[in-house]
Amino acid sequence: METVRDAVDDAVGFATALRRAGLDVSLGDDAQFVRAAQAIDPTRIEELYWASRSTLVHRPEDFEVFDRVFGEYWMSLNPRPKPDDVPPMVVLLDDRADDDQSSDDDEGAEPEEILSVRYSAREVLSRKDFALCSDEELAESYRLMAQFAFQGAQRRSRRHRRVSHGRRLNLRRTIADSLRTDGELIRRHFTDVKVQPRRMVFLIDVSGSMEHYARALVRFVQAAVVGAHRVEAFTLGTRLTRVTRQLSDRDPDRAVSSASEVVQDWSGGTRLGESIGEFNDRWGVRGMARGAVIVVLSDGWDRGDPVVMAEQMQRLARVAHRVIWVNPLKATEGYAPLAAGMAAALPHVDDFVEGESLEALRALARTLSDAAVGERAPSRRSDA
Amino acid sequence: MSTIAPTSVDDVVEGLRGYDYLASEGLATVAYLALRLQRPLLLEGDPGVGKTELARVIASWRGSELIRLQCYEGLDVAQAVYEWDYGRQLLHLRAAEASGRIASEVEHDVEMELFSEEFLIRRPILRAIDQQSSPSPVLLIDEIDRADDEFEAFLLEVLSEYAVTVPELGEFRASEPPVVVITSNRTRDVHDALKRRCLYHWVDHPDVATEADIIRTRLPEISAELSKEVAEFAAQLRDAGLYKPPGIAESLDWARALVLMGEERVSVGAAEKTLGALLKYREDHQRIHAAGLSDMVAAALAGAPPL
Repeated sequence: METVRDAVDDAVGFATALRRAGLDVSLGDDAQFVRAAQAIDPTRIEELYWASRSTLVHRPEDFEVFDRVFGEYWMSLNPRPKPDDVPPMVVLLDDRADDDQSSDDDEGAEPEEILSVRYSAREVLSRKDFALCSDEELAESYRLMAQFAFQGAQRRSRRHRRVSHGRRLNLRRTIADSLRTDGELIRRHFTDVKVQPRRMVFLIDVSGSMEHYARALVRFVQAAVVGAHRVEAFTLGTRLTRVTRQLSDRDPDRAVSSASEVVQDWSGGTRLGESIGEFNDRWGVRGMARGAVIVVLSDGWDRGDPVVMAEQMQRLARVAHRVIWVNPLKATEGYAPLAAGMAAALPHVDDFVEGESLEALRALARTLSDAAVGERAPSRRSDA
Repeated sequence: MSTIAPTSVDDVVEGLRGYDYLASEGLATVAYLALRLQRPLLLEGDPGVGKTELARVIASWRGSELIRLQCYEGLDVAQAVYEWDYGRQLLHLRAAEASGRIASEVEHDVEMELFSEEFLIRRPILRAIDQQSSPSPVLLIDEIDRADDEFEAFLLEVLSEYAVTVPELGEFRASEPPVVVITSNRTRDVHDALKRRCLYHWVDHPDVATEADIIRTRLPEISAELSKEVAEFAAQLRDAGLYKPPGIAESLDWARALVLMGEERVSVGAAEKTLGALLKYREDHQRIHAAGLSDMVAAALAGAPPL
C-alpha cells in the first residue's frame, strides 16, 4: 500500500484534519506521530491506526471522532456525514451580560450614584427566585456569583509541612542545622500534617423541570470550578455528562456555552436515579466521590424507579464525605419532599438546602467553605 | 530477542506470548512504539484488564528489573525518589563527635560524608534512573490517578529528562532511559501535559475467544470447554450492569477456583459456591441471583459449544 507510505509525509495533514474535527492535538503530538509512523511497518494500515491513535488521542471519548477522521483521511471508507445527520442543538442561554441594555435613564448619572443604585438592586435581587428573574436580573446575578469565595471542606493530607512547633521532628532540617553548631542538635525543626481541601463534585440536574434554575445553577457551579481546587462537575438528565473541562474556562459565557454543546439532554426528561448510578459506576465509587463533598442540584423529580434512586444515593453516601442536596423548590412555602425521587434520596443526604436565589447560593457557598464541615451528619450513620 | 528494541510489532506479540501474555494488536503496537521510541506508555482502562501485568511481562521479556511505584494520595519525593537515612546520619554524627573530629577543621569532611551516597536511600524513581545495567529497568508507575497533581508535575519533569537532581550530590542521569509504564484506572483525568509525553492506550476487556485463550495460557490444566464457558460467563456478567464487572484477573481467579474444586463444566451449583471469586459486592450477588443464575449458566454453556 504505497498510499500509506505517502501518508507518512502527510502526517501533519492528518493531525490538522483531527484538529478541524475538534480534537485537541498539539504540535508536539504531531512530531511524536511522525516519529511513530517512521517506526512502524508502513504497509500495514492497522499499525498506522494504532500508532496515530496512541500519539494523537489522549482520551477514550475522542476515539469515535478519531475513527471517523481516520477513515475519511486514510481510507475514504466512511462518507462524511451530511450536516443534517446531526441536528445542531439549539440551547438558549441568556448569559450575555446584558448590563448595558438594562441601564435605563440613570445611565448619564454620576458613577457614585450608579453604584448605589446597583447596590440596592442587589439587595432585592439576592432574595429573588431565579424563576422570576428577568434576563437583566439573571445577568446581574451571574456577575455577583463570580465573586463567591469557594473553599471546600478540609481533609488531612499525607504530606507534611514545616511548622515551628509540631508533632514530628523534621530530621532533615534538624540534622542539616546541627552541622552549624558542631553537630549539636540545638535547633529542632518540626513538621505537621498538612490539610488539603476535599474534592467537591457537583451533579447538576438539567432536566425539563429544572429549566428555570439550571442556567443559574450552572453559572454557580462554573464559579466554583474556577474558584476552587479539585472541583468536578457533571450534568444529570437522561444521561450523565462530565462538564468539568468545559466549565473550567475562566470566561463564564464561553464556559457555559461550551458546556451546553456537550450536554445533549438539556431540558429533556429525567432519569435521576440512573444518572447518579452511572456517576457511581464510572467515576464516583472508583475514586472521585471517595472522601469528597458531593453537591446534587436538583428538584428531585425522577421518572425512574425510586428504589433505584434510594440504592444509588446510598452507594454514593457510603463513599462520600458529605452529601448536600440543593433543591430550589424547598424555598416554596408549604414545600414537602413528596416527589418520589426526592423522598427516596433524602435518608442518604446530609444537608438539604435551598438554592432558588442568589442569597441561597451564597449560603451554599458558605456551607461548602465552612471548615467545620467535618463530621458526618448522624442521619447517615444508620446505613444498612 | 534482542534486549535493545524489538524490530516489529509481531516481535512484541511473540515475545509477550512467550511469557503468557496475549496482547491485542493495538496494545502490542503501542508497546512496540514505546520501546522503539523510548517513550513512556500510559495505559488506561477498567481494573483487572492486565495493565500492570503488561509491565511485568515486558520486564521479564527484556530480562530487566521491574521497579514498581504504587501511587497514593500524598505520595511525595521522599517516598518516590530518595530520602536521607537520618537515623544513620545521626549515628555517624555522634561517632564523629566522640572521636573529636567534629570540633576540628575536618568538619567539612564530616558534612561531606553525611551527605554521600552511603546515606542515600534510593526510592523507585531514582533506582530506575540511576541504573547502569543493560537492559534498563522497567519502571511501573501504578495507578497514577491516585496520586495528586504535584506528583504528576514532578513526574513530567523526570520523564522529559530522565534525570533527577539531589541537591547535595548533583544530578543522576539514566545512561539508557528506563521503560516507563504508567497505569490509571481513570478515577480522575491525568493531566494533559503528562499525557502528551506518553503514548496513550485504552485497554479494553478482551473478547470471549481471547479471554478463553488467556485463561488456557495461564492455566494449562484447564479443559478447553471450561475455559470457554468461564469466558462466556464472565462476558455475560460484564453486560449485566454490575457495580464491579469482573476483569480478566477475576475470571482467572474463578477458573482457578473451578479447577481446584474439580469441576469439568460450569454448573449452577459450582457457580453458586465460587461466585465470590468473580463478584465483590453483595449487591452484585443479589442482582445475579435475581436475574437468574441458572439462565446465565445455561447461556454460557450454549454460547461455548464443545470445541
